[in-house]
Amino acid sequence: MPALLEVEGLTKRFGGFTAVNRLTLHVKPGERFGLIGPNGSGKTTLINCVSGTLPADGGRILFEGHEITNLPAHRRTRLGIVRSFQIPKPFTSMTVLENLDIPLEYAAHRRSSEADADAMDILRAIGLEAKAHLRPAGLTQIEMRKLELARAMAARPKLLISDEAMAGLSSAEVDDILTILFRLSERGITIIMIEHIMRAVMRFSERIVVLDAGERIAEGTPEEIVRNPDVERAYLGE
Amino acid sequence: MRRTGVVLLVGLAVVAAGTLVASLRVNPYFYFAAYVILQYIVIATAWNILGGYAGYVNFGTPAFFALGAYTAVFLIQSTRAPLPVLILAGGLVSALLGLGIGYLTLRLRGVFFSIATLALSIVLQTVIINWEFVGGSRGLSVLRPSGPPFGNYVTFLFTVMVLLAVVSVTVARFIERSWIGRGLAALRDNEEAAECMGVPTLRLKLFATTVSGFLLGVAGAPFPYYVTFVDPNSAFSLDYAVNALAMPMIGGTTSWVGPIIGAVLLGTAQQLATVTISSEMNLFIVGVVLVAFVVLAPEGILGLVRRVRGR
Repeated sequence: MPALLEVEGLTKRFGGFTAVNRLTLHVKPGERFGLIGPNGSGKTTLINCVSGTLPADGGRILFEGHEITNLPAHRRTRLGIVRSFQIPKPFTSMTVLENLDIPLEYAAHRRSSEADADAMDILRAIGLEAKAHLRPAGLTQIEMRKLELARAMAARPKLLISDEAMAGLSSAEVDDILTILFRLSERGITIIMIEHIMRAVMRFSERIVVLDAGERIAEGTPEEIVRNPDVERAYLGE
Repeated sequence: MRRTGVVLLVGLAVVAAGTLVASLRVNPYFYFAAYVILQYIVIATAWNILGGYAGYVNFGTPAFFALGAYTAVFLIQSTRAPLPVLILAGGLVSALLGLGIGYLTLRLRGVFFSIATLALSIVLQTVIINWEFVGGSRGLSVLRPSGPPFGNYVTFLFTVMVLLAVVSVTVARFIERSWIGRGLAALRDNEEAAECMGVPTLRLKLFATTVSGFLLGVAGAPFPYYVTFVDPNSAFSLDYAVNALAMPMIGGTTSWVGPIIGAVLLGTAQQLATVTISSEMNLFIVGVVLVAFVVLAPEGILGLVRRVRGR
């Protein structure tokens, strides 16, 4: 099966610091893909390059076989690459429902008259319907994360990139988010999960890539990754 | 569609009322003062399209206003073009400048953008000061065309400004209620998130800066005929920078009604103060009122109304 997302030799530098170094990775359609690595290993930089918020310094990115390396972020979103943010970035002047209307109108090309109904469906599926008419400021941490995912869903993604959607959540809340992500995966959405909570990544991912200092140091099933001595060294040192 | 019709009707009614008021020939000073308030409705509304809807605070209003005014001066000097041409040309030249500062937003956000627009105003003023054809630093007297439709030329300009105010407010209202306004609100709240949700942020920002620039230029184009003497100090006056920002802030920046409320209240207060106390009181009043609003009612009068209604 051809890959949905192909990253070929991607490089990103910040001044003299190379955050991502000639990285190559492929994500297959429908896959649950885990991306892990210690802090500063280049995970978020990689995601920023894939989603288009940072320009790449070298290499190519292909989505469904088409080169997207130089497309602006909003075009990539319209193609189906949608991300959530590590630190939630809601539209603060809008209600929860209106937050979803933006991607529905701009990315999924729904008419504004139909958007509210669609937004309500997504909120119901994710368990936020009671908060639909509140401003994001009135939400709890977990609700904020759910809003982040709901808004990404509203853009009708083919590939959802979840950037640490569970950091700082309680164990029960982590399960809550995992359930949502599993449900999205069942609906055929390819998911890249970036996470520090190992229990969650190991349970969720079919395949995991481990980054360290901007390079891939391991790839495999969760079982293989757990047993990999390089991974242990990257996280814990010699 | 029916709503659009209603809006057009209301707009036409306002223009008709303006013409009626113009034909009443009350004290000429009334038209003279009302022109300034109407001009500020256009300026505040135009500023708010960029500052209020998109969240990019423009301190360079005088640059756009003066560019409209000096485009008119240039055309009067070289071709004696009729007023509608002056207005259109002033708008277009300022729109180009707007497009230019739109590209600045690629690299400059927040306070840095504001500083750049302030600098732009100073640079442009320096250029005009050194351009003899439009009067240089000494300024230039402009002769009004003879035979305006309403006897008195100021009364005629008053009617023109009523029309321009109606057009500006209609444009602002349309933007606010359309997908463009929703996209601008998204990028005002969080530009990165907006872009990642499919909003073409650069294109929308360029649209906002261009339209805002156009309307500011339009407001400035009749200025030479209104004052009949244009010099850099009056055209690039700090009053425009401060009022353009203060009026929407006082009225409320998230709705097209806000700049109108602010312009009418503050504009009227300034006109009254000019007559009764002194012309130097203008900016003092604006300053005090602005500080009071920023501290006590950051969402302006509209915000206060909403709070009282319990929303």
